[in-house]
Amino acid sequence: MFAAAAIALGFLLLPIVAIFARVSPGKLVAQLSQPVVTDALVLSLKTSAIAQALVVLVGTPAAYVLATRRFPGRSLAVVLVELPLVLPPAVAGIGLIAAFGRLGLLGGTLDALGVQVGLTQAAVVIAVAYVSSPFYVRQAVAAFEAVDPNLVAASRTLGAGRARTFFRVVLPLARRGLAAGEALSFARGLGEFGATIMFASSLQGVTQTLPLAIYHEFALDFTTALAMSALLVVVSGALLVALRITLQWQPSKPTSRFLFAPSR
Amino acid sequence: MATLQADFTLPLRSFALELALDVSRTVALVGPSGAGKTSVLRVIAGLIEPSRGRVLLDGEQWLDTERRVSLPPERRRVGLVFQDYALFPHLSVRGNVAFGSSGRPVDELLDRFRIRHLATTQPAELSGGERQRVALARALAREPAVLLLDEPLAALDAHTKSEVRHELAELLRELALPTLLVTHDYEDAAALADEVGVLVEGRLRQLGPPAELVARPRDAFVASFTGANLLRGKARRGEGALTTIRLESGEDLYSADEAEGDVGVVVYPWEVSVARAHAPDSDSALNVVRGQLGSLVEVANRVRVRVGPVTAEVTAASAERLELADGGVAYATFKATGTRLVPL
Repeated sequence: MFAAAAIALGFLLLPIVAIFARVSPGKLVAQLSQPVVTDALVLSLKTSAIAQALVVLVGTPAAYVLATRRFPGRSLAVVLVELPLVLPPAVAGIGLIAAFGRLGLLGGTLDALGVQVGLTQAAVVIAVAYVSSPFYVRQAVAAFEAVDPNLVAASRTLGAGRARTFFRVVLPLARRGLAAGEALSFARGLGEFGATIMFASSLQGVTQTLPLAIYHEFALDFTTALAMSALLVVVSGALLVALRITLQWQPSKPTSRFLFAPSR
Repeated sequence: MATLQADFTLPLRSFALELALDVSRTVALVGPSGAGKTSVLRVIAGLIEPSRGRVLLDGEQWLDTERRVSLPPERRRVGLVFQDYALFPHLSVRGNVAFGSSGRPVDELLDRFRIRHLATTQPAELSGGERQRVALARALAREPAVLLLDEPLAALDAHTKSEVRHELAELLRELALPTLLVTHDYEDAAALADEVGVLVEGRLRQLGPPAELVARPRDAFVASFTGANLLRGKARRGEGALTTIRLESGEDLYSADEAEGDVGVVVYPWEVSVARAHAPDSDSALNVVRGQLGSLVEVANRVRVRVGPVTAEVTAASAERLELADGGVAYATFKATGTRLVPL
């Protein structure tokens, strides 16, 4: 049993260790100042930030409706929301081209509006949002479903309207689940490769995110590819740690009460 | 004194809840679980919309399905105390009480409910009695015009219950708000309310002061729910002004009530005497049931004991004198005037 656990752990960690073992830290850092790296890092963070903002802004109300309202077709909607999770990235890429590309379903409409999506940062944002939003939405639905409906009812009878109830009761209680979902969504979006390269292509400084740059450099300069991989590992690792901390953090237990608790 | 009027129909899973009720003092709805009691409170609070009906507070319309009026819960001035209290787990006691506060000083309420020392405590760390006080304080902080209590004592253990019941009765008297409470416990209802309604499968079987429900139960269910013995028999007009009831066991009982055919015979445990021997001439009680003694249950300073099909309540001293704990045969006797007949 312990041997199996050791093998599994070793297998999972070895590639990550290898990335850092192949190149010295000094050289890694030096590689990171290349324009191809900085361009990709900036682009990755920017597109991720915009995509995640959209995912949270649209996904949160959508998840709340799915979690709390009963309407015909609701369970179908829940399944459909999760569909991109199991969709191969190449299929997602083709689908996005077929929908938003120049010759796609909405291509004509977008053209008429003067909007050109393909080969722009907007395309990266769309691809990232498409593949990562289900991670957030499904977790958010679960988090909202876990909020005791009696607490919502109590808030309403105490004079709080729907909006106030949402912000003062539902959101604080679902917060941890939402944060966990968003961390997963962010991590998935940051590593997005297949749909992006097909839909947005890989133009340095325009649509080339870190994973695309790694793939690009892999053929030209393996050391730079390694350096960028190390960078992604660090960013993803930091996300995982942040997620753990968020999950363990208990906002409902202010430590100050021990300092200010009146004597009994 | 304000009056809450509720009159509505709400289809539930296996029956429809149909209720017409005026509440100006404290009214308790009692009934078995699943009778629709909680739904009544939810309709009044605006958490469920009935298919038809009206809810009015002194002419202020909260709901009128015909006029398509339905105020959202936050605009109906109700204080609803949930069965499990539904305290916000992410807020302290003070945060909970202040949640719906309409400018009323929260400290005043914390003092009044003796929870000020718990102000910074989280609900998860409170005892059942403390939670109940926080829930009441929170509901009153928004200065409701109507108080709705869902099983206010059910979540408490037997030890704290009697004390909390007493406190709650005091509080309700002091507040003098139209109050509707629901409970499955008739004793709680009788102790807290001016009027008690018995709700069975969505219908109000009887509504009246607790003493009236005991004195004149309208049917067998109301009688047994209020704690009476219920025996089944066939009634026929007997000698004089009395009705004779032949029990299934073959014994005859007498009642001053008039009835014919299948009836329920109702007699309260505290109206039943227990004797070891039966001496017809020395007893004004006409009704005698002979039976094996069952086990004894102590209730406060009294003892409940079964004599055949009848439960009697006697003092602990009598129980000892008659050696009821030893079992054997005994006679339960009760007056024909205390023997009520109800339709089954």
